[in-house]
Amino acid sequence: MNEMTPLTAKDFATDQEVRWCPGCGDYAVLKAVQRTMPELGVRPENVVFVSGIGCSSRFPYYMETYGFHTIHGRAPTFATGIKLANPDLDVWIITGDGDALSIGGNHTMHVLRRNLDCQILLFNNEIYGLTKGQYSPTSRVGTRSPSTPFGSVDRSVSPCAFALGSGARFVGRGIDVNKFLPDLLKAAHAHKGAAFCEIFQNCLVYNDDVFASFTAKENVGHQLWLKAGEPMLFAGGTRGLMLDRQALTLRVVDVEDGGWEKAEVIVHDPRNKAVAHMLVDMPFGAFPMALGVVYDDPAPTFESAVRAQNDEAAKGKSTDLQELVSRGQSWMVGKEPHKS
Amino acid sequence: MATASHYLTPEEAGADIEPEAVVMRFAGDSGDGMQLTGGQFTLSTALAGNDLATFPDFPAEIRAPQGTTFGVSAFQINFGSAAIDTAGDAPDVLVAMNPAALKTNVDDLKPGGLVIADKGEFGARNLAKAGYDADPLEDGSLARWQVIAFDISQLTLDAVKPFGLGNKEALRCKNMWTLGLALWMFDRDRSPIEQWVRTKFAKAPGLAEANIAALNAGHAYGETAEIGGQLPHRTIDPAPAEPGLYRTVTGAEAISIGLVAGARLAGLPMFFGGYPITPASAILHHLSRLKEYGVITFQAEDEIAAIGSAIGASFAGSLGVTSSSGPGIALKTEAIGLAIMAELPLVIVNSQRGGPSTGLPTKTEQSDLYQALYGRNADSPMPVIAARSPADAFDCAIEAVRIAVRYMTPVMLLTDGYIANAAEPWKVPDMAEYEPFEVAFHDELPAEGEGVNPYKRDDKLARVWIKPGTTGLMHRIGGIEKNVGSGHIDYGPANHQAMTDIRAKKIWGIAAEIPLVVPCLGEKKGALAIVGWGSTYGPIHQAVRRARAKGMDVAHIHLRHIWPLPTNLGDLLKGYERIIVPEMNKGQLKTLLRDQYLVDAESLSKVSGQPFKIAEIAAAIEEALP
Repeated sequence: MNEMTPLTAKDFATDQEVRWCPGCGDYAVLKAVQRTMPELGVRPENVVFVSGIGCSSRFPYYMETYGFHTIHGRAPTFATGIKLANPDLDVWIITGDGDALSIGGNHTMHVLRRNLDCQILLFNNEIYGLTKGQYSPTSRVGTRSPSTPFGSVDRSVSPCAFALGSGARFVGRGIDVNKFLPDLLKAAHAHKGAAFCEIFQNCLVYNDDVFASFTAKENVGHQLWLKAGEPMLFAGGTRGLMLDRQALTLRVVDVEDGGWEKAEVIVHDPRNKAVAHMLVDMPFGAFPMALGVVYDDPAPTFESAVRAQNDEAAKGKSTDLQELVSRGQSWMVGKEPHKS
Repeated sequence: MATASHYLTPEEAGADIEPEAVVMRFAGDSGDGMQLTGGQFTLSTALAGNDLATFPDFPAEIRAPQGTTFGVSAFQINFGSAAIDTAGDAPDVLVAMNPAALKTNVDDLKPGGLVIADKGEFGARNLAKAGYDADPLEDGSLARWQVIAFDISQLTLDAVKPFGLGNKEALRCKNMWTLGLALWMFDRDRSPIEQWVRTKFAKAPGLAEANIAALNAGHAYGETAEIGGQLPHRTIDPAPAEPGLYRTVTGAEAISIGLVAGARLAGLPMFFGGYPITPASAILHHLSRLKEYGVITFQAEDEIAAIGSAIGASFAGSLGVTSSSGPGIALKTEAIGLAIMAELPLVIVNSQRGGPSTGLPTKTEQSDLYQALYGRNADSPMPVIAARSPADAFDCAIEAVRIAVRYMTPVMLLTDGYIANAAEPWKVPDMAEYEPFEVAFHDELPAEGEGVNPYKRDDKLARVWIKPGTTGLMHRIGGIEKNVGSGHIDYGPANHQAMTDIRAKKIWGIAAEIPLVVPCLGEKKGALAIVGWGSTYGPIHQAVRRARAKGMDVAHIHLRHIWPLPTNLGDLLKGYERIIVPEMNKGQLKTLLRDQYLVDAESLSKVSGQPFKIAEIAAAIEEALP
């Protein structure tokens, strides 16, 4: 393999047998990532996939790149060390709803606010799969599971709202089997900084069709695909979102004959954080599901700031080890031990 | 490896003079600046060529209510003209800046010892806060000691008056006044301290001059004041020492620069992930100022992130280091298991403190030995090394790095609150004498038709270290059991047996190249061996030396490598009739020795948050050898 050989999806697949349940949404995400990698202009030896624990966290074993399958919830911490040690590496974090938002919520928050340059793919299936079906922090109230036989009572967390609240500079949403997933991955990769992607992923064993209300064929009208500079239209362009300037909320409006301007449908500006918050907070049902790049407003990255400060502080200083051990106030002891 | 520091005993130096030593304790309110006074007195002592050992002892509260007994902060220094191994059992001189400091410290003072008290602080309010019904300076209750009391507060106010400071600021100069008096008592040069004050207050020259005026006033008071005659005024001769360049070093400093030196000898950049915790934070602070040595420091969001980032950095080809104290090490446990499983180099420094739980954050203890040896799920062997003194911590840090990279394993380096904070003179090592142990990353492509096996091993069973970015060697590692031959996931029963055996054998194999242990005092067999590890070195050494001087058949054995243990330790121990293991825990090394060698090791335990006194170990020797 040399620099000129164009890579294909195959070059990013390992010889290992993939061990997810037949029909799991993870297969679709894996294919999408393997298909997208050759288009990113990266070499496999410069890519590292880091994961925590859970079904999705087996992901690195199937990518012909460097990979580190770490411990539950902590993938962002390992990724931080990897990126600080070698900023040239292209770092991807693979995580799930339990991994990133329950046991690892703290690290997810900090890797986002620090803005480490990496891609975070959160596979949200609203359930603990690997441990056989307990409800997760993204499960909706009333979820019946082995640990909540009478239904869960705690309110769920919205991954994208959490990410925005933590200071993420890129927030996007995709669906495992959807054809636009590679576009989201490309946009996340193009963003310099922590890029947070929530991927709705179907767990057909423990939580089948939990997203069917907007992923099923008959429900695609409930998908709002956000595109920079384009009006926020859905349901085949017959409906759109407008901003109620009095209440400071979004409202669904009907659009007749493509007259979105007349209906005051707003245009998507990925740098508008206030609207991004509204988009990820919209209650589904009354509103569509916002998908695509919700927010994208780059800021300086953590590893570049750390490296720059290190270089600046080191400028003009000795790197001699003997100088280091001799620092501070010192004194000589002569040949003759004291006293004449 | 070079011996970084060795002090000649008077016998070794052939000196025929009576060695002199003084133990002095400065005690005051935690806002009184006693640690600073002690630190500067230490510097001046070192510059005078005395050997010394210090013991800073401060409360966990940053500013405990003024005048209370629990807010008392103390700094003890033992210095003399012969080898000094401990901070001293009982002070000869106690400087008490208020009634609470007197109350909590005076009982430790030697009979006939000297109390210097700030009379200005002995008002009714402070006396009541300290729990005194009557003024102890007046009621004769201190008759066992010599007492000199004068109004240090007022004398300080007078001295700094020309600088126009507010009352509160002016009183802050009290510690410098006290330092000035102490310098006069031992005939010390004031100029290095003046220089230090000017640097410290470079941005506030007025404050610098006020502090220097207080320092000079304290000194002049000793020289001229009417009660000066009561004060001892003496010169302690320099201690004999190997010729060379010396500096003072605390354990935290020695570990920091030792880690940097280790990384350099390994040819690696260093990454340090840390999270604030007492008393380990000092290492993070030191390292964060050494960026020119290729050190990246990262203050993580928690202990787990600190070690996770360090392991990540090791995966990426740096030397990963993390550090904490017991409760933080507990949080890192799962990640240590991953480093053992993934076989990545990592140094974990544990600055032990009193526990369990939050315990005694600022006090010393050695009770994390079980945690270091056994505190993980499953069979997860890990090398453990312990530093015995601040200066020794330098070589121990290098040794920890060497083992970590040579064997592709996490290594735990044990130190404690005492070593971390205490200072001692250190003969500056000649770095040219240290053998480099440069790391060679694996970069050979596998043979045609073969996959990359990250668990390919060398003759020491260490696996290959492949740096991400290396073409053609992409591989995946993680916490799941891997196949012994291919490195792919493998849950097979025979494979797990084989991998578990290899992990144990690899660590056990380290014993083959660590030095055999020899008694640091005494014979290789006999009536009694005192076996120690870590910071009990000083008091054990002095107690054994004194007992031997009385003709007693006792040896001192001190362990640096605690896992694996030196290969000859079992045979050595079996040559003694009795074995006593003094530890600042309930007998953890004792249990290990009994387990490994079926010897009748007995525990001498102390868990008061204070180091052993020489007398306590001496008493155990006397009792064992009637």
